[in-house]
Amino acid sequence: MTTLSATIEGIGFWSEGLPDWAAACAFVRDGTLAADAPRRPAPQLLAPNERRRAPGTVAVALEVAQQACRAAGRDPATLPSVFASMHGELAITDYMCATLADQPATISPTRFHNSVHNAAAGYWTIGTGAMAPATAISAFHATFAQGLLEALVQLAAGEEAVLLVAYDGASTGPLANVSPSTGLLGAAMVLSRTEREGARRIQVMLADGMPTPPDGPLAMHARANAMAPMLPLFDSLAARDPGAALDAGRNRLLRATLFDPESPHG
Amino acid sequence: MAPLPILAFTATTALGRGVEAQKTALIGRRSGLQHNAFGPDDADGAPLRCWTGRVEGLEDAALPTQWAQWECRNNRLAWMALQQDALLDQLQALVDRHGADRIAIVVGTSTSSIGASEEAYRGLVPGNDGTPAFPPGLARPIVHTVHSLGDFVQQATGLRGPCITVATACSSSAKVFAQASRLIDAGIVDAALVGGVDTLCGSVLYGFNSLQLVSREPCRPFDARRDGLSLGEAGGFALLERAGAGEAMGLGLHGYGESSDAHHMSSPHPQGLGARMAMSDALARAGIEAEAVGYLNLHGTATPANDSIEAAAVAGLFPDSLHASSTKGWTGHTLGAAGIVESVFALLALRDGHLPGILNSSQPDDACGPQIRFDDATSSIRYAMNNSFGFGGNNCSLVFART
Repeated sequence: MTTLSATIEGIGFWSEGLPDWAAACAFVRDGTLAADAPRRPAPQLLAPNERRRAPGTVAVALEVAQQACRAAGRDPATLPSVFASMHGELAITDYMCATLADQPATISPTRFHNSVHNAAAGYWTIGTGAMAPATAISAFHATFAQGLLEALVQLAAGEEAVLLVAYDGASTGPLANVSPSTGLLGAAMVLSRTEREGARRIQVMLADGMPTPPDGPLAMHARANAMAPMLPLFDSLAARDPGAALDAGRNRLLRATLFDPESPHG
Repeated sequence: MAPLPILAFTATTALGRGVEAQKTALIGRRSGLQHNAFGPDDADGAPLRCWTGRVEGLEDAALPTQWAQWECRNNRLAWMALQQDALLDQLQALVDRHGADRIAIVVGTSTSSIGASEEAYRGLVPGNDGTPAFPPGLARPIVHTVHSLGDFVQQATGLRGPCITVATACSSSAKVFAQASRLIDAGIVDAALVGGVDTLCGSVLYGFNSLQLVSREPCRPFDARRDGLSLGEAGGFALLERAGAGEAMGLGLHGYGESSDAHHMSSPHPQGLGARMAMSDALARAGIEAEAVGYLNLHGTATPANDSIEAAAVAGLFPDSLHASSTKGWTGHTLGAAGIVESVFALLALRDGHLPGILNSSQPDDACGPQIRFDDATSSIRYAMNNSFGFGGNNCSLVFART
């Protein structure tokens, strides 16, 4: 069985009450939510007026991406990126469909170009000046696992480091009953080929099987968001558990093992 | 990169079903664009006044009943396209060689089956709690999400390798070749079904209209008088297999290049820097000089900005002798399917030596270099390239070769 591995250089995280990875780790440790956590991420990458206007999924994606790059000590402009989201911005889908049913000619051009699935990727590359490749994918419940796999095969293809960003937002209007998702949830990782002291490594392989219902603190906290299938990995990272099995779609799993790099003296 | 053999390819567009229909229309210079009859209606009670490249017969091509859960225009087109050119027979041979677990599905789309969501919003009914709800026939979650396409293709083919929908707007189904190539190189799979499908819907008709990018006339790529794009719908697929594993048809993917403009959500980089990076990277990965390319299928949307910027990027990289053209006058801009459709056109140019020119255009734009060709040509070529650029400044170039 083919395995792929990488160093996790930096992690970003945002969920209601948990505005960064340190807060998520503290929550896993002792169940406390950050006091006075903002209701919405305010990524520094966007100008103040854009921060308020940006779709929620764009805001959360940019926030966690920036956190992960900072934690990794990497210049965002140099990193190829993989943006993984099951639905993209559901509030814009709701707006587009409602407006088309009513007054199609009044569609807002800005909302239309923000409706593309790679909107967050676009704003990220514009905001950071990254001319490196960016992709945007979806694979229903397997979106995170397939995004992680794509990030790892980019490393295998020769990239030194890759940024993986996973996020989903809240559904609104009649769409909410068929595509249920609440709140904002995002996580990001800078993954690299080279070992780095103190940074854990991740190794993955595909296998048959269904994921077990997750019961970790983060998985329970944000279970109503469409990107929840990624949370077993972040629960494992926060608790320093040895790994997690991620839904890779149709009775397939992506088994992730987490371990410390070999000691240079070992 | 190691060349990646292509076992089969197919496209279904406004020109017809399968590659022979494409070839006949390309050689005959017959456009698939027609007066738009696709709704929803504008404020004046008529469909948006423009020209569209619509695939004939989709309305009567319901999915087999066992796939009723995936029923929608986009998946109908996916199924129609999959059945052409004996692609499914070749896929079966791949499954026999490698097993269904070892074949990936990587497909691209811009709007997937949002047409089904639009339809649901036009037919809302009172729900259990009294608020507007989807009509029961459309309350099927899978057709209201991006992965509708990948999930349907997986259901229809029974493949069990990684299954991904790439959605980077108009570069989507070019990028599928790059991702599939990486999955095969890394040893995750031995082969891949790649492709892309996008269908006409209100979102793109009125969305591009809101950006004032839709022409009232059939689009005129690279013409000095061009004033916007014509939208189209299409589906296409190709089979890629690790070198040496099976019988190759002598065509392969030799390079890919991806880049970001880092400039604007819906306008290209003014100097075409991202486009140039993607093309240079694809050439480098193929290990060839620009002079080696015999045909370049351009993104060439016929919007005023895209074409002059793309032409300048091409002129900065390629010799005057290059034959470069946009085929969007035939098919319209098929958005997330443009990558696969125009890769198929590049593969046909390699296979048959017929290099398409540009349809509907007659007045050259001084801003565009001598590489831009309105007339068809015949030439036996070794390398062909395809450009696909999308919103968000997302660029992808592919190099195909005949060996």
